[in-house]
Amino acid sequence: MQQPGRAAEIKANGIGKSFGSFRALDNLSLDIGRGEFLTLLGPSGSGKTTFLMILAGFVQPSEGKLFSDGVDITNRPAEQRAAGMVFQGYALFPHMSVEQNIAFPLKVRKKSAAEIKNRVGEIIERVGLKGHEKKLPAQLSGGQQQRVALARALVFEPGVLLLDEPFSALDKSLRGQMQAEMKRLHQETGTTFVFVTHDQSEALALSSRVAIFNHGKLLQVGRPDEVYDRPANRFVAEFLGEINMLPVKGVRPADNGATGLCEDRAVNMRCKAEAIKGDAILAIRPEDMSIAPEASVNQNGIAATAVASTYLGAATKLDLTTRQGAKVTVSVPNEVAAAALSKGNSVWLTWPAEKGFLLPDGGQ
Amino acid sequence: MRGTLSDRTGAALLMAPLLLFLILAYAWPFLGVVKWSFTLPTPGLGQYHALLTDGLVQSVFIRTLRIAAIVTVVSVTAAYAITVVWVRGSPVQRVLAEFCILVPFWISVLTRAFGWVALLSNRGLINTWLQSIGFISEPLTLVRNEFGVIVGMSHFLIPFAVFPLASAMRSLDERVLLAARGLGSSRIRTFWTVFVPMTRSGIIGSALITFVFSLGFFVTPAILGGGRSVMIAELIYLRIFQSPDWGLGAAISVVLVVFVGALMALLFRYVKPKQLA
Repeated sequence: MQQPGRAAEIKANGIGKSFGSFRALDNLSLDIGRGEFLTLLGPSGSGKTTFLMILAGFVQPSEGKLFSDGVDITNRPAEQRAAGMVFQGYALFPHMSVEQNIAFPLKVRKKSAAEIKNRVGEIIERVGLKGHEKKLPAQLSGGQQQRVALARALVFEPGVLLLDEPFSALDKSLRGQMQAEMKRLHQETGTTFVFVTHDQSEALALSSRVAIFNHGKLLQVGRPDEVYDRPANRFVAEFLGEINMLPVKGVRPADNGATGLCEDRAVNMRCKAEAIKGDAILAIRPEDMSIAPEASVNQNGIAATAVASTYLGAATKLDLTTRQGAKVTVSVPNEVAAAALSKGNSVWLTWPAEKGFLLPDGGQ
Repeated sequence: MRGTLSDRTGAALLMAPLLLFLILAYAWPFLGVVKWSFTLPTPGLGQYHALLTDGLVQSVFIRTLRIAAIVTVVSVTAAYAITVVWVRGSPVQRVLAEFCILVPFWISVLTRAFGWVALLSNRGLINTWLQSIGFISEPLTLVRNEFGVIVGMSHFLIPFAVFPLASAMRSLDERVLLAARGLGSSRIRTFWTVFVPMTRSGIIGSALITFVFSLGFFVTPAILGGGRSVMIAELIYLRIFQSPDWGLGAAISVVLVVFVGALMALLFRYVKPKQLA
């Protein structure tokens, strides 16, 4: 964070924060790599924003250490860390024009007038605000204010850019556009981005890694596909998207994975089951299951009846009930859903052995 | 029946007694004063002409404007510092600041003026103390001059200057200040380049209120000025009660009211009335 123009590498070591008796963050250790796009994901009150504020230096941790490029910055005040920061609601200076807002961090750093002019002009062009230089924030749309906030946070080439739910105030189409733009800015600047959101699809779409928080604890960190396909626990699995939970009995290790009984049929799973023996939960994403008229003996499948459907345009979400009463949701092509519903009788739900993962029964 | 009166009508009805009172006790008598200014001692614009040519009246006007300007700067500056502590200080600081702001309201303006005499006079607390520690040999002239008037008036007006500032500071988005610090700005720089400009409407409101109040001060300058620093209200009093010259006194009053009215109009162009509470 101290050398401008170079992405920072951050190490959090056993960080904790209590507000009175409330434990906002508990024993968090996390390495943030140089130039990575890390998303802190979790419901509100999960500790993700507290961690971001600790990174920025606005909140002092109750315990633990924070390092930037190997230097202990735990006690360094925010103004000396100079991480770029984009706030929820943007926090632009209302009495300054677009240009003045963006020039602010450069003026603070006592750059020459010529350099300020160059760099402000360059970044205004890059974020697409040309022609709005003299306007006040109140005269801009939400998306434009967002761009000013991004430009202001990036113009002094900070080692890390911290973003606190920057898109929460934007409508959906603008959100998508700004997400793409932010991804591009990340590639162009090469700076380390730390992004806070409670929107799982945003997290999966943008990040190189996702860190999932709940109740002040860091539950899992990994690439989007890792956390989505192999969540560490039930909370992560459910938070990242819709998922079906099927009880499996008598789980034991087998060739290339594990095997067990699901609704009295043998099912095979490629996932490892070292820690899990006996009864477990098999979790499968709706898009990993298909509907078939029948299932062969060595294919994973259970019988179910379609009860309702939701047309989503590109696909249909079909709700089914299995013979033993479990509720399952699948995402299938529209005509398959129509056929399954019109039959009114039993269909087979099938899934490949590579898909799905085992979670301890009833536990987290 | 509920809901038959709109909020507006309801508010107007509630305000009506006050309005009626103001018309009977203030506007109507004032029209009488206006009449005097054109009719005494002889009908015509004679008094307004005198006002423009009378050296004494002009020097009092200029002194009044000067004192009001200095008092405004002193009061708003002091009030700003107090308000920062009141709005943004630690819980203990807030209670202390609130106490300091509210207590003066419970003490009459007369008592306060005499209190300052006791502090500032030649044999008052300040001069006695400064002499006893050998800092000065002759007492300083702190009262019965403009300095005493400015001290007394500022002391009276600071609490009034606080409220518009407090309202501006309370409505300020905390995150903007965090953003400034996060961008590398020191606390002092953030205060001057972000905090102060963002409370501009409060400063304008506070300054105009203080200035308008200052123009009409009577008791404080009469006591602390000791007759040597006469301000406009005291001049009106002298013209009406001592050197019976009702026409001139009335003309000065009219000019003062018109001037204050213009300043109030200016005030409400910059500040919404609710920001002053």
